[in-house]
Amino acid sequence: MAIHTIDATTCYHCGNDCTDVHYELDEKSFCCNGCKSVYKILSSTGLCSYYAYNDHPGATRARVEKRFEYLDEPSIIKELVDYKDEQMTIVTLYIPYIHCSSCIWLLEQLNRINPAIYYSRVDFLKKQINIRFKTQEISLREVVELIFDIGYEPLISLQDVIKKQNKGTSDNLIRKIAVAGFCFGNVMLLSFPEYLGLSVNEQNFRHFFGWLNILFAVPVVFYSGWGYFSSVRVNLRNKVLNIDFPLALGIAVLFIRTVAEILTHTGAGFTDTLCGLVFFLLVGKYVQQKTYYHISFERDYRSFFPVAVQVMEEGMEKPVPLSNIVIGQRIRIRHGEIIPADAILLKGDARIDFSFVTGESAPVNKILGEVIYAGGRQLGEALELEVIKPVSQSYLTQLWNNEAFTRKQDNRMQTFNQKVSKYFTVILLCIAFGSFIYWVPANVQRAFSAFTAVLIVACPCALALSTPFTMSAALSIFDRNLFYLKNTDVVEQLARIDTLVLDKTGTITIGGEQSVTMHADLNNREKQYIYSVCSNSGHPLSRQICAYLGHYESLSSVAYHEATGQGITAQINNHLIRIGSMAFVLGSGNIIELATEVHVMIDGIYAGYFAFKQEQRTGLNEVADLCDADYRLYLLSGDNDHDRRALLPYFMDHHMHFSKSPQQKLDFIKSLQQSHQKVLMMGDGLNDSGALKQSDLGVAITDNVNNFSPGSDAILDGRSLRKLPQFLRFSKDTVQIIHASFLISLVYNLFGLSYAVTGKLSPLIAAILMPLSTATIISFTSIATHLAARFRKLL
Amino acid sequence: MSIIYFLIGCSILLAVLFLCAFFWAQRHGQHDDLYTPSVRILLDDEPREEPKSD
Repeated sequence: MAIHTIDATTCYHCGNDCTDVHYELDEKSFCCNGCKSVYKILSSTGLCSYYAYNDHPGATRARVEKRFEYLDEPSIIKELVDYKDEQMTIVTLYIPYIHCSSCIWLLEQLNRINPAIYYSRVDFLKKQINIRFKTQEISLREVVELIFDIGYEPLISLQDVIKKQNKGTSDNLIRKIAVAGFCFGNVMLLSFPEYLGLSVNEQNFRHFFGWLNILFAVPVVFYSGWGYFSSVRVNLRNKVLNIDFPLALGIAVLFIRTVAEILTHTGAGFTDTLCGLVFFLLVGKYVQQKTYYHISFERDYRSFFPVAVQVMEEGMEKPVPLSNIVIGQRIRIRHGEIIPADAILLKGDARIDFSFVTGESAPVNKILGEVIYAGGRQLGEALELEVIKPVSQSYLTQLWNNEAFTRKQDNRMQTFNQKVSKYFTVILLCIAFGSFIYWVPANVQRAFSAFTAVLIVACPCALALSTPFTMSAALSIFDRNLFYLKNTDVVEQLARIDTLVLDKTGTITIGGEQSVTMHADLNNREKQYIYSVCSNSGHPLSRQICAYLGHYESLSSVAYHEATGQGITAQINNHLIRIGSMAFVLGSGNIIELATEVHVMIDGIYAGYFAFKQEQRTGLNEVADLCDADYRLYLLSGDNDHDRRALLPYFMDHHMHFSKSPQQKLDFIKSLQQSHQKVLMMGDGLNDSGALKQSDLGVAITDNVNNFSPGSDAILDGRSLRKLPQFLRFSKDTVQIIHASFLISLVYNLFGLSYAVTGKLSPLIAAILMPLSTATIISFTSIATHLAARFRKLL
Repeated sequence: MSIIYFLIGCSILLAVLFLCAFFWAQRHGQHDDLYTPSVRILLDDEPREEPKSD
């Protein structure tokens, strides 16, 4: 039983520290009005058990303003709901915050807050809630606002890949496995009498069991195993020999020989080998499919942009879906919203964070009449803008027209399996035909039986299973270390990487946060002067200095002059203050600044400077150590090079590239690839999307996997950046494990072949060999992967 | 020993029934969410008393 103490300093709802003002209700403290209002709603509807299941289950609520006007638009509603008629509406919403049992409990009690919602079911892993409500009594907007009011803001985007993830293929595979497993079990039971030996007067049973076995083999071959035949047909048309070919051949030969033996009463056939083979192969396929419920690898700008934007028409605001925005419309962008299309600033104080789009770390100030490119996030007050390009043609979204996005992903590296299976098939056919030709002169029947036995025994079941089992074990180890790979092939790609390219803003630095340090000995009065001067300026660095110095009374200044991008001169109380770049303050123009510094001069005496440093992610040291090993390390940033000096310990000087546009980033990756380097690109923003797509392995780094991240092969949680070297080494280990298990399966094959070429393969040996090799491979790969992970300290 | 024909028929029939039950469950989405029910069963039906702070 948990002890529920109410700490006076932590918020009862979200558990944050209550810092400045205390909000109190029912003798409970809250950190903000938002948390208090949630508690109020819950206590008034008798839902306080929410707080009983877990301590502080809520999310902190800095923003209480609702922005769901767009949910009244019929065209948007139509896109979002699963089903709608006169009586009821069904909608599935994605709520990233769902994290504990309290969440499940509360969200399934919506009915008690509003009876018009008569069904709500949470899927915890997918972080989704399925809601059914009465269309007449409550609107979708009211439902969403209700959920928002109790502290669960749904993430609504029209390109909701998570919602549309089709589970059809996985369902189908499970059905096939069920059928194969069912038949396998029954066939094994029916085959035992044969293996143990039936007496002469039990011959009737032999035929009966034989017929039943054929009956069970039919669905296994023609339903469960059919995928292998159709895959071979497609591959042969494309002139590809992959592992499916020997597998399909094995299945076909097994089936034909079994039917022939049973019909002609010449033997018992290989039904249980056949069923077991198909069953294990399908299980391998199933293991290979890794599904992450809450992560999407296929996002593009559409899920980054909002669903709708406020358009001003005749003095009225109206939400309009993004795709319907036309040139000339006036749009209103509020604090914290994203500008969806290239537009001209008409009204308001624009302070825009472009870090996600261009990689610039500092917010950019824009003046009236200037063009603002799509993708920036407004940090200041509400703006009015006039759209000059539709969303699909704006500067940012044009990147998606690049060929890297339309090209099929077929030039990625070949996996070990693909490479080996080509030779394997050829050699297998050679041996089979060789033994056939050897026996033909002596005994035609024996020649046939040797030929089929070779194909049966050498069927690369273990080979086909070694990759999926190793890789799925590896995937779950990566998963545990907060590194999410799209599929099992990515592990092998990771093993072959020799070049790492990192983005700067948001990737190796933490977006937004800059730490300020003062290298000056200033008294309070001087600080007040500087504060007064900086408070007049809208420049991001000035604002940060103000925030750093804290609260002072602003003194009026005379002769204030701001040279854009250089510095400020002003006179306060007859003191002349100069603040700005070194060149501006000291007058010597030759000095190139490598780090961001703001220098201060008071009455002609140099007083010192403020240094701005981007907060770096922990783990850069570990990653940088990699370049001492066999990896090349590059930095590719959209930002200017003021951090060059700070990054010199990690990157070689000529490996740092700054001020790159999204297209230039993509081209840089391409040029590395042309010199035969296998490139891993790591980035976080939309400006990296092209490079992520072009690279051999694109890794998106993010602080919260539920947030937007650009389309990529893998998603890395920022906290695990320091483990990147271990990840790379571990991926190499897994490839070696696959090689080793291939050798093991070859040994089994050779052993079986020595029987097979003589034409005397008994069903019993086949029935023992096949499951035995499978079990060996599965246990070897799982144990070896586990040990390797432990060795690399990933477990 | 002809009883074996009958017994095998029975056992296969039984197995087929289980297979059908599995398919039925699969089609009705009983395997869609394998985690949430395990949490849900621990939540009480009736809201509990507010635990006293001590």
